[in-house]
Amino acid sequence: MKKATRAAYGEALAEYGSNERIIVLDADLSKSTMTASFKELYPERFFNTGIAEANMISSAAGMATCNKIVFASSFAIFAAVRAAEQIRNSVCYPKLNVKIAATHAGISVGEDGATHQAIEDIAIMRALPNMTVIQPCDGRETKQAVKAIIDYNGPVYLRLGRLAVEDIYDNSYEFQIGKGVQLKDGCDVTIIATGLMVKPALDAYEALRAQGILARVINIHTIKPIDKEIIIKAARETGAIVTAEEHNIIGGLGSAVCEVLCDELPAPVKRVGIEDKFGKSGKPEDLINLYSLTAENIVIKAKIAMALKRQ
Amino acid sequence: MEQELLLKLKRKAADVRKNIIDAVFSAGSGHPGGSLSCADILTVLYFKHMNVNPSAPKDPDRDRFVLSKGHASPVLYSVLAEKGYIPKKDLLTFRQADSYLEGHPSLKDVPGVDMTTGSLGQGICAACGMAQMGKLDKRGYRVYAILGDGELQEGQVWEAMMYAAHYKLDNLTAFLDHNGLQIDGDITKVMSPEPVAAKFEAFGWNVIIIDGHDMNQIDNAVEKAKKTKGKPTMIVAETVKGKGVSYMENQYGWHGKAPNQEQRDKAIAEIDAYIENLGV
Repeated sequence: MKKATRAAYGEALAEYGSNERIIVLDADLSKSTMTASFKELYPERFFNTGIAEANMISSAAGMATCNKIVFASSFAIFAAVRAAEQIRNSVCYPKLNVKIAATHAGISVGEDGATHQAIEDIAIMRALPNMTVIQPCDGRETKQAVKAIIDYNGPVYLRLGRLAVEDIYDNSYEFQIGKGVQLKDGCDVTIIATGLMVKPALDAYEALRAQGILARVINIHTIKPIDKEIIIKAARETGAIVTAEEHNIIGGLGSAVCEVLCDELPAPVKRVGIEDKFGKSGKPEDLINLYSLTAENIVIKAKIAMALKRQ
Repeated sequence: MEQELLLKLKRKAADVRKNIIDAVFSAGSGHPGGSLSCADILTVLYFKHMNVNPSAPKDPDRDRFVLSKGHASPVLYSVLAEKGYIPKKDLLTFRQADSYLEGHPSLKDVPGVDMTTGSLGQGICAACGMAQMGKLDKRGYRVYAILGDGELQEGQVWEAMMYAAHYKLDNLTAFLDHNGLQIDGDITKVMSPEPVAAKFEAFGWNVIIIDGHDMNQIDNAVEKAKKTKGKPTMIVAETVKGKGVSYMENQYGWHGKAPNQEQRDKAIAEIDAYIENLGV
């Protein structure tokens, strides 16, 4: 079944919302970010700040000093980019228990176009000390991530999408903050993907297999703190890496993987992502093709990475 | 208020002013002007009104204080030292690499600091969040905040003004330290936020205008704020930047500059003379 991670976020808030420490804030987008489902059930713990993201983040910090678990939601571009300095100084520096649950990340926002498509938010959030950055790949992972970050005391950036995405996991899945998940084993190359790129990564696995290439596929839902072990092991055992993300190739998952490898075990890495340009209007599926966030591109990059392996 | 208490508070504010001078002098940097301008306000709050206990700095029922103009950290640290939250001698480590007394207040580092501030405009928003939670949890605590008048140029302040009035945060009392000066000069020449009182009123706040160095007026305004229902209160405190040190008064050059040894000695001598005059 297809479900947007933002929809799963709304469901999770409703499901776990009976915890009276939970407060939810929104900046006039509650029907889009899906926090409206929490508002319905727990109106006394929901606060609309109006279209004022800076105040939303800083007041969330004040609430968190009162032993609350505060979820602050807006589109990624307004939460993580417009209010970046509030997140840094009001939330991360004092390490307060605020969860920035940002929806409509990436170009899959679609028709609203470049002004509403955050392509740099992971880079910004990842560079903040004390911040944890999580991007789930499907509805089940989202719900479990929400549960996990309720239990985790500290700032979190939860990156969510507008577009409905296919299930990757079944009910047996267990999410753990900071733990990458190997979805397919292989010895020739490793595809490390996050968010809605996990599905094309699995499709690329099939395409490569049909050509006799065995790819390992890893889902990195926690981009910070990143699972170094699973990345180093993949580099050691497969010798070549492809990363795939719906984000600028500068500063996101690809950069995070390269940072691990250049410190620990240098290996060829090719990055699939948005090639340092702004998005545009269009149907999400059309944009995904236009920006080459596809299984085909992952296959091409996988072969290039393999060719770069040391002999 | 009673004469005896008034004298005591005046003496306390004078001690706070000496602490400010010595902290900034020791650091060789910092913000004396805007610390001195709100020293009387913090003194009345901490020593007459606020329900706080230095041995339980995280008590969920305590009153909160947010120094939205975080660069005035010397006044907050000085009051916290006088109140017994931190040792007075630590003030002399202000801004040093081996000290916990950061240039701007950090709640993780300093007992008694309720919110990390320094980036202007953010503290007042955090104060709104605290007041909102006080209402939600039906706790009787009050939240106090101090804004600088230059700080009003930050758009985020006005987001908070809307928010506090919209949610009827009558447990929130903010002070405007209206000393009229910012780093680059006169606030009306740099970027005028005037008329400030009319703006706060238009945003739905209860506004009280006082002489920010008259402790009776500060006291009365806080009492009025406590009795005001359905609205947050903004106390527009007309103040003098650098108050209490003659050569710093009304001089924007003393916004962010430390006195040298000679200037420090002169400032302390002036305040000591003032204390002697008080006779307490």
